Amino acid sequence: MAQYQLVKCNINGKDVEQIVDVRASLTDMLRNDFRLTSVKKGCEVGECGACTALIDGEAINTCLYLAVWAEGKHIITLEGLMNPDGSISDVQRAFMDETAIQCGFCIPGFILTATEIVNAGVEYTDDELRKLLSGHLCRCTGYQNIFRAVKKTMLRRLGKNAEADAVR
Amino acid sequence: MYDMKALYEAYSVEEAVRLRLEHPEAQIIAGGTDVLVQMREGRRAGKELISIQKISSMRGVTIDEQENIRIGSLTTFSHITHDPIIVEKINVLGEAVDMVGGPQIRNAGTIGGNTCNGVTSADSASTLFAWDAIIELTGKNGKRYLPIKDFYIKAGTVDINVAEGEIQTAILIPKASYENTKGCYLKYGMRNAMEIATTGCSVNCRLSADKKTFDRVRIAYGVAGPVPMRAPAAEEFIGGKPITMENIEEFSRKVLENINPRDSWRASKAFRLHIAVEMAKRCLIESVKRCGGDV
Repeated sequence: MAQYQLVKCNINGKDVEQIVDVRASLTDMLRNDFRLTSVKKGCEVGECGACTALIDGEAINTCLYLAVWAEGKHIITLEGLMNPDGSISDVQRAFMDETAIQCGFCIPGFILTATEIVNAGVEYTDDELRKLLSGHLCRCTGYQNIFRAVKKTMLRRLGKNAEADAVR
Repeated sequence: MYDMKALYEAYSVEEAVRLRLEHPEAQIIAGGTDVLVQMREGRRAGKELISIQKISSMRGVTIDEQENIRIGSLTTFSHITHDPIIVEKINVLGEAVDMVGGPQIRNAGTIGGNTCNGVTSADSASTLFAWDAIIELTGKNGKRYLPIKDFYIKAGTVDINVAEGEIQTAILIPKASYENTKGCYLKYGMRNAMEIATTGCSVNCRLSADKKTFDRVRIAYGVAGPVPMRAPAAEEFIGGKPITMENIEEFSRKVLENINPRDSWRASKAFRLHIAVEMAKRCLIESVKRCGGDV
C-alpha cells in the first residue's frame, strides 16, 4: 500500500509544500516534483556526487536522503545560485572562465560543494581542497580546471585577487 | 524510489523504542548512507524502516556530569570532526571519521550507524576500541551501558536487544580514558577518498610527568580480525617502559601475537600483517610527539 506524507521545506529561497511518496529520495522529489533537473541521477548509491544539493548549507548526496527528511530544511540546488538580477554566482563564473566544463553532468554537484567550500571563508591548502572535492567524479576527468576554478574563487572571496590571478 | 515496504518516523527516543517494539522486523535507519545503498542493491529491499533521523536530542557532543564525553549517536562525521570538545580532548576520533567515504557522506553518515553496522572496517570503530568507549543503549526498561568490545559480537552483529526495543543512543568516552591522552589513527587504502580500509590502526598514549616513560598505551585495529580488536600483548609489553625506539619496535612486533587478519580480495593476510606492524610503529611515534614526548 502506497504511503504518502506532506513535506514543508524551503527550496531555493521559496517555502514549498509537497505530498511525497515515503519511498522517494530527495533526488526524486527535486527532479520530478520541482523540475530541478540540475540535480542529476548518477550512480544513486552516493559514490559520484552528481545529485549533490546543499541542505542547511551542507553538501549532501540527495540520492541517499529520503524526501520526507527534507521537512523544515533549507535546500539549495544549482538553480538557486542565480542572483535576483539573473546573473550567476562567482563560483559558476569561475567554472566558465576556467573552462571547468566538458560534458557538464558532474558540474552542478561540483559547484554546490564548491559553494560550501568558499562559504566557509577558510584558505585551504591544495591537498585540503582536493580532499574536499573528492566526493565528486568527473568522467571527462576535467579535475585540474575544476580545482583551479574553486581555488581562484576561494582566494578572491578572501580578497586575494593577485594570488587568484597567479593560479595556473 | 527505494524498494521499501513502509516507513515509520520517530521524533523522540521513546517513540523510537515504541516503534521498535511494534515492528521488530523493521530496520533502523539513521543517516541512510549504508541502509539506503543496501536497499538499492536489493540486500535490504522490501523492508520496513524506522527512521530516527529526526530525533534532534541524539545529535551533538557534550560533557556529562561525570565529565565523560558524550557523543549522540546521530552526530554526523563532519560535525564530530569540527566539534570543539572532540578537537580538544580526542582529536584522533575527529581525524579518523574524516576518512570515511567522501565529504557528502561525512555530512550525512552518523557515528551510531558506523558502529551499529558491526563491520570491522568502520573508521570510527578502532579509535573507539582504543579509547575504551562505552555504548549507551536505550530500551523499554531504560538504559544499558556496554563496553564497546562487548557490543561487537561477530562480523555484522552487535549486541542490541530488539525484543527490549533497544536503540543505540550515545557513545561515551570516560574521563579516565581521555585525560592527558593523545592518539593517532592511520588508514591504509588504495586511494584516499571513497575507500574502505585495507587495515586501520588507532594508537593512543599517556606519558609519565617527565615524558620519559610510557604510562599507558592502547592500540586497536580495524580489519585485523572479524571485528575491531585491541592488541593486549603489545599494550602490556610497553606499559611502564622508557620511550625508546627499541621499545617501540618491539611493541609493534608484539601486535602479531593478537591480530588475525584474513586473505580477501582487498589484500592478502601476509600484506595486512606486514602493514599492521608498520602502522603500530608510526602511530605510536606520532602519539608520543602529540603528548609532547621525544623519540
